[in-house]
Amino acid sequence: MLAVRNLSAGYGSFQALFGVSLEVNAGESVAVIGPNGAGKSTLLRAISKLIELKDGEVTMEGRSLKGVPAHEVIAHGISQVPENRRLFARLTVEENLKMGAFLPAARAKYHQRLAFVYSLFPRLQERRAQLAGTLSGGEQQMCAIGRALMSGPKLLLLDEPSAGLAPVIVQSIFELVRRICHEGYTVLIVEQNIRQVLKVVDRAYLLETGRIKTSGAAAELLASDAIRRTYLGL
Amino acid sequence: MEVFDIFLLEAVVNGILLGGLLALLSLGLNLIFGVIDVVWICYAEVIMIGMYAVYALHVQLGWPLVAAMAAGVAMVAAFGALMHQFVIRPVLSAEPINQLLVTGGMLFFLQAAATLAFGIEFKNLGVKLPPIALGEMSFSLPRIIAFVVALAGVAATYLFLTRSYLGTAIRAISQDRQIMPLMGVDANRIFVVTSALGGALAGLGACLLVLQYDIHPAIGLSFGPITFLICVLGGLGNMLGGLVAAFIFAQFISVGGFFFHIEWGYVIAFAFFIVVMFWRPQGILGGK
Amino acid sequence: MSRVLPWAGLALLLALPLSGIGNYPLHLVIMCLLWSYVYTSWSIMGRLGLVSFGHGAFLGIGAYAVVMLWNHFGVSPWLGALAGIALSVLVALVIGFPCFRFKIVGHYFALVTLALSEVTRLIIVALRDQTGGSLGATPNTALAQGATGSLAAVQFSSKIVWFYAIVAFWLAALWVWQRVDRSMTRLALEAISQEEDAAASIGINVTKSKLFVTLVSAVMTSVGGVLYAQYQLYVNPETVSGIGISLQMVFGVIAGGMYVMLGPTVGAVFTLLLAEGLRLALGEHFKQFPALDLAIYGMLLVLFIIYMPKGILGAALEAWRRRKAGRAPG
Repeated sequence: MLAVRNLSAGYGSFQALFGVSLEVNAGESVAVIGPNGAGKSTLLRAISKLIELKDGEVTMEGRSLKGVPAHEVIAHGISQVPENRRLFARLTVEENLKMGAFLPAARAKYHQRLAFVYSLFPRLQERRAQLAGTLSGGEQQMCAIGRALMSGPKLLLLDEPSAGLAPVIVQSIFELVRRICHEGYTVLIVEQNIRQVLKVVDRAYLLETGRIKTSGAAAELLASDAIRRTYLGL
Repeated sequence: MEVFDIFLLEAVVNGILLGGLLALLSLGLNLIFGVIDVVWICYAEVIMIGMYAVYALHVQLGWPLVAAMAAGVAMVAAFGALMHQFVIRPVLSAEPINQLLVTGGMLFFLQAAATLAFGIEFKNLGVKLPPIALGEMSFSLPRIIAFVVALAGVAATYLFLTRSYLGTAIRAISQDRQIMPLMGVDANRIFVVTSALGGALAGLGACLLVLQYDIHPAIGLSFGPITFLICVLGGLGNMLGGLVAAFIFAQFISVGGFFFHIEWGYVIAFAFFIVVMFWRPQGILGGK
Repeated sequence: MSRVLPWAGLALLLALPLSGIGNYPLHLVIMCLLWSYVYTSWSIMGRLGLVSFGHGAFLGIGAYAVVMLWNHFGVSPWLGALAGIALSVLVALVIGFPCFRFKIVGHYFALVTLALSEVTRLIIVALRDQTGGSLGATPNTALAQGATGSLAAVQFSSKIVWFYAIVAFWLAALWVWQRVDRSMTRLALEAISQEEDAAASIGINVTKSKLFVTLVSAVMTSVGGVLYAQYQLYVNPETVSGIGISLQMVFGVIAGGMYVMLGPTVGAVFTLLLAEGLRLALGEHFKQFPALDLAIYGMLLVLFIIYMPKGILGAALEAWRRRKAGRAPG
């Protein structure tokens, strides 16, 4: 479904990604793991066209995203849950979800989608009129994911969903991710919390200082010596 | 003693009426700043051309007053959108001072264009409405109309911002501009719409002002600075703060002008502003 | 060669009145120099990030102090100027200290200073019994029939005297600009404009540095007001105070180039030439198109900010520097 070929990107004169290639097939859940500063968030931003690519190409279902402006990427079926949630703090939960369905095509199905998101996250429905900024960390993450689902995406990008959350909450977040994968969504998730994320996804890529070092099935990577020694301290 | 009190009351009521109008004026400016993060230094001049537009349509071309006013609002709305697209958009990513200066340049340009088109004599709409008497107090009907319409404008804007999709998007973009593309929102489109809305509010303010005051290319200087100060006083970008500040300011102007000469009313209001700035620099309701 | 050029230019300038050019052209040059002086005074603050939209206050205070004290109390303009300076310093301190202390910057600072210039204008108008209000005021003449000048009253009928006087002030302003440019204050303020907290942490007294520059600028501008009043022999609240003249100062400097010593001068010349040029070109028809110069001025300013934010001189210097670099070997 998603193919990233030889992508290079960065900020100004600083290059963060060097010729990154990966792919995500329909129905799969794929993780990109790696240490801090490896360029993981940069990768997702490049796919969503929030930053320009210096080189390489991204194709979604065979159609290239070259020249597509950032606000049209969602129309190609790619929706992102940004790092740190980035909810509209002074809008209510429901208004945040409303913004997720801004696309005309999504607006037409607004009520259906809203009902679906509330069925996934009943807690959000309880708090629908509450200002998003007053939610707890875990609830905010639910809201952010719900917002991204409102557009009915084919591919869901998750940027470090566990970042900044207490360990107890982190568990529930990965439970959420697992459920979303089970619902049939295609997911590309970028994470620092390697152990937890590898238990949830099908495959993973290891990104280090802007380059893909290795990839494979999640279970294999979890068992591999290299990963265990370097990242899991075992 | 009795007479003294009644005229003081009249000044207070006039202050409230004025407050409504100033609230409308400050709303447009606050909207633009709160959403786009730009101050239209030429905001008062944009209102001025709205006033001239109504004058030209009604007095020079003979249009019925209401039609002229509706057209005036539409024209200023369009002007706002165009000004954003061609003047402000190029400097959006530059330093804030450049944005102030580019709209400042527009200030000169609009004043001069108005002078070229209409000359420097005072123009008047020629609409005479009888004053409303309430006991020994007398209030100008245009001022009352202005108050009512201004509040209606404020209410309509509030409803638009909270109930409509576009309004929600406008509120969203003022909170987090960078992630808007993720939801399929073209930030520039929203800014143009916001500028058009700000222009429409300015145009509405123009209609209300032109009922009460003569038009002159430099009148922007008489209510422009006041509008800025009200916005800053209430917290720049904070629409509710602007409303509160507008009524406070209007009281200072009206009551101060009642006790002293009208200019001193303004001076006192300005002095009040400077004092508040030092006590609470972010404005009474500010907190950005 | 390029080192000789400025001095040659200066020599030519100083020889100008002796060349027999008419009174009106000489008047234009004097006004150019006067506004160059004022704009340069503003830019000392402006280039360090303290963009004030309120210098009309200092200009107005200087102008009205001398005229009012002379007309009502017979106080010599020399003392009147001192009074004006003292008042300007007071105002600058009262506004500047809290602003810098509470870090009121950017939009807020611009709007606070804007309020300042408008309050000044309004007070001048409100005191109409003393100041003549919007009609303006004229200093009483000290020149008896036939006299050409009075140093004590700072009134001279000969433009030549004024020319040299104002050239002197203009050169002095450039010198101050240079000194501030080279001083620690400037380095401090540039550091501050980048990272105020970091600068403070290495001991740079932010408030003190900002206040110092503000005071210098305020005093100089105030003196500009004095010069204006004594030369033109007419002051008017709209011309010497208020938002209009304050904005013009900012624009003049931006148009000419804020970060270059002669930038404000170029801006002043540009502004005046534009007005005069249009007057010449349109001749008779100028009356039919009032404010055309302002319309073009405003339009040009908008275009400048968008396409040439470094100003005329700044952009020219940069182009020249780039060409020089292109021609250099290696």
